[in-house]
Amino acid sequence: MLLATPIRLIEKIGFESIYITRLTGSMIIFLVHCLGNIFILPIRFTAVLRQIYFIGARSLLVIIVTGMFTGMVLALLAYYNLKQYGNMELIGAATALGLIQELGPVLAALMVIGRAGSAMTAELGIMRNSEQIDALECMGIDPYRFLITPKFIATIFSLPLLTCVFDVVGICGGYLVAVINNDVPSGAFIQGMITNVDWADLRLGLVKPLTFSVIIVWICSYKGFYVHQNRSGVFGAEGVSLVTTNAVVMSSVSVLALDYVVGLIML
Amino acid sequence: MPDVSTQDKDIEHVIRVENLVTHFGDREILHNVNINVRKGEVMVIMGGSGSGKTTLLRHMLGLHQASSGSIYMLGQDITQLSKKQMYEMRRNMGVAFQGGALFSSMTVAENIQLPLYEHTSLDDMTIKIMTRMKLEVVNLAGFEDLMPSELSGGMIKRVALARSIIMDPRLLFFDEPSAGLDPVVSAELDELILRLRDAMGMTIVIVTHELDSAFRIADRITVLDQGQILITGSVEDVKNCDNERVQNLLNRKPKDEDIDPEAYLQRLTREG
Repeated sequence: MLLATPIRLIEKIGFESIYITRLTGSMIIFLVHCLGNIFILPIRFTAVLRQIYFIGARSLLVIIVTGMFTGMVLALLAYYNLKQYGNMELIGAATALGLIQELGPVLAALMVIGRAGSAMTAELGIMRNSEQIDALECMGIDPYRFLITPKFIATIFSLPLLTCVFDVVGICGGYLVAVINNDVPSGAFIQGMITNVDWADLRLGLVKPLTFSVIIVWICSYKGFYVHQNRSGVFGAEGVSLVTTNAVVMSSVSVLALDYVVGLIML
Repeated sequence: MPDVSTQDKDIEHVIRVENLVTHFGDREILHNVNINVRKGEVMVIMGGSGSGKTTLLRHMLGLHQASSGSIYMLGQDITQLSKKQMYEMRRNMGVAFQGGALFSSMTVAENIQLPLYEHTSLDDMTIKIMTRMKLEVVNLAGFEDLMPSELSGGMIKRVALARSIIMDPRLLFFDEPSAGLDPVVSAELDELILRLRDAMGMTIVIVTHELDSAFRIADRITVLDQGQILITGSVEDVKNCDNERVQNLLNRKPKDEDIDPEAYLQRLTREG
């Protein structure tokens, strides 16, 4: 009886190790397969354009609204904090750097996860459950190439652009709050931004969404594509809902962790 | 990969399953299954729910990996083929799934045309004509522009059938053609399957548990129960088989299970 608990613990550790090793291997093979297909011609342009429309164009409104309010809040915080030290010319720099280096890439990625990533997982999960993925296989069509590669190309293309839109709209929002609401001189706001933002900041602001896009499609597609192998053994509608939640949580946490790693390497 | 089009002329058994064993986790699902399907015949795989018939079908389609054994399709062991070779092999196979597996974002025509656009360089007009021809075959002419959500159960099965024959495959697989359909639509579908065999000379494998449908269309029947083949033979052979499990299935008689009180008590009181 006394030995039962440690033995169960060891068993649990063993099961967990095997599960994590299998999952990692399976996810890496999935990623290599999907990324490898990006370079195989011909590219399915129509499918890629459809995905760019879905992931990019249809996320535009939520990105503009989020970007605007984020920029406004940043400028407001910068105004109240910098006012104490009389450094009002740094408001533009603080808003722009905050958006370009950090908030733009992260928040745009989180918005894309919520809007497009969850849809990807649910779509692939339902396709798996209704045997549509098996049907593709049986027609001699590679489902990775047919379904997932266009999503990879579209997200790699769309997310950096959405991040740029987020940054620009955010800076405009910051400008409105600082210059129009709080009487910061327009020249000071713009000059502070020009002086303090350099190419390295812009590079960081573009490398982040590029890496995030790969992570988002990788996790969200994998979870949906392999819904039938989910650990809880739940299938059908409940299985799809479960893996969709998992995909959103896992990709959001991964984006935040990767944000730190990329920042650490590039700053 | 050798050219299967020249190979299968010399093959009597276009599908050969040899000593197939498969597991889901620790559970053995198929126990040493052997089946031969002759060229041009309709082979019906019959059995109750959970007998392993759909699992067997999915192995024939290369969708599951066998624990051991071989599956020869048109002379080639598909358990040994690479992924690319398997995709090539599948161009000779048509599959109509139980639920249709139509792509919900595509119209009926787009669903049927997909294999042609993916595997051929035919022009749009030719593809359109071929699509209409196949829709005529399944009595759905004029339904090209409907979405799958606008179709009835029987229509979905017929569209799935049209899609599965668009490449004029040598082998056609059909999972539960009659499931969920009323008797009239079910009989129509059976007629259609027989017409396809006669007109196109296809080898057809059908998985079903509908006895009437099986007896109507089968050249030969394989009865599967608990992952084991009980009999393979003509309709008469199966009807006259004296195996109790086969007769139970034919007479829709539930299994008589001897209850062991000791084992029953253990099942109820076990931990976890």
